[in-house]
Amino acid sequence: MKREIPLLISMAAGIFVLIGFFVPHPAIRNTYDDIQQWVIIVVAFTYVLGMANLMRINTEQIQRRAKDWPYKLALVLSLVGTMIVGFFFSRGSHYLDDRTGFSWIYLTFYSSMSSTMFSLLAFFIASAAFRAFRVRSVEALLLAIAALILMIGRVPIGNAIHPAIPQIADWLMEIPQNAAKRGILMGAALGVIATGFRVILGIERTYGSEGGG
Amino acid sequence: MIAFLANLRRLDRRWIFLMVGLLVVAPLLTGFHIAPVKPGSRAKGFYDAIEKLKPGSTVLLAGDYDPGTIAENYPMHLAAARQLMARNIKIIGVELYPGGPPLADQVLHLAGAEYKKREGYDYVNLGYKSGNEAVMSAMGSAGIPRTFPADRSGTPVGRIPVMKGIENFSQIAMIVSVSAGYPGTKEWVQQVVSRYHVPMIAGVTAVSAPEYYPYLQAGQLQGLLGGMAGAAEYEVLVNHPALATRGMDAQSLAHIFIALMILLGNLAALPQRSPGARQS
Repeated sequence: MKREIPLLISMAAGIFVLIGFFVPHPAIRNTYDDIQQWVIIVVAFTYVLGMANLMRINTEQIQRRAKDWPYKLALVLSLVGTMIVGFFFSRGSHYLDDRTGFSWIYLTFYSSMSSTMFSLLAFFIASAAFRAFRVRSVEALLLAIAALILMIGRVPIGNAIHPAIPQIADWLMEIPQNAAKRGILMGAALGVIATGFRVILGIERTYGSEGGG
Repeated sequence: MIAFLANLRRLDRRWIFLMVGLLVVAPLLTGFHIAPVKPGSRAKGFYDAIEKLKPGSTVLLAGDYDPGTIAENYPMHLAAARQLMARNIKIIGVELYPGGPPLADQVLHLAGAEYKKREGYDYVNLGYKSGNEAVMSAMGSAGIPRTFPADRSGTPVGRIPVMKGIENFSQIAMIVSVSAGYPGTKEWVQQVVSRYHVPMIAGVTAVSAPEYYPYLQAGQLQGLLGGMAGAAEYEVLVNHPALATRGMDAQSLAHIFIALMILLGNLAALPQRSPGARQS
């Protein structure tokens, strides 16, 4: 039963969502709407599950003094600290308002650190461009030429150097890139449809804890 | 020459980091200007789509990003809010990223103050809802008030004037998606545009922009802003040069530097690829 019940739930939910997409009859539509509301609620609970899992794994590693445990301690303290400030020192249910402790943490720490992580890309891309982007074949040469045109053509300096550069960059994006991207999208879509049917029909079971398929 | 190339191969990457830092910071600090921003066809499509909306209509402004991509998404989000408010179009804000609501609040309050718009009457931020595509789909089938029963500050939607008469996507004139990835523009197209035929425009990060070109060419997107460059082009169109326009000189120099690094890196590797080097 541990195996059959999740399979049946997946099949029923999949069939209703599929039918509900095409059939606007109230009997189908109401069930379809209810399933969607359940999905929204279940996804919200997965955050709680995720947090509990994060706490369990990290506290275990801190207790064992595993590699890089001080970073894990910083993670746990930040998580607990943010929750305490959010629950008890941020005007109750108005914790998201301006000038609460929670907003201060968001703007001062979370926002700055997230932006910093993204900004690091510029430094590492420059370093990787120097060390790793080697032209060793005709294909790599074509890729390098396209990359150079795009990098310069997508910023105003490209137009200042020569008006043809942004035009060539646009052509590269709209014709060869778009053709390749569309092919990938179609292939992925067919794959998703096939996987969806396998899940609905109970053939694909890897999402369950027992695996197999 | 060979000695120079050998030295170049051993270049400490911290010099590269230093150069990137200087090239990015210098234009921002000094106001050094390289070249004017020229709007492209995709940014014009974005701008024109909003211009064609009737004043008084309602749009859904989806701010699906968080501070990680603030440099790219925030300027386009703010510029879009400015154009919408300048045209007296009502805004319903939603976010499917947990870290998104404070940024959307900031955008709506800032643009609202500039154009003297009142929260609740001219715009509302319904906030974050978990569930990704299920939220988008539920907004169309179960309805927007059932999916978002209250706004971000907890006011029931029934008591919010701007939400009066809004049931589902039939009352939404357009979706303006500002997106950093999943869930975002692609999911709005798949779940809402393809099903409810709501017009849509999108502003996305530069790295994800190529993914949306097929939707743009198919007419499922009417305009597309790609990264900070797209945001800068759009700021020029709305006649309000701001964050993105200021960042373009820094980005121009960084791009030139990275292009130079590709060339130098290959030049430095030349002796290793020569027949003599291979034999030894």
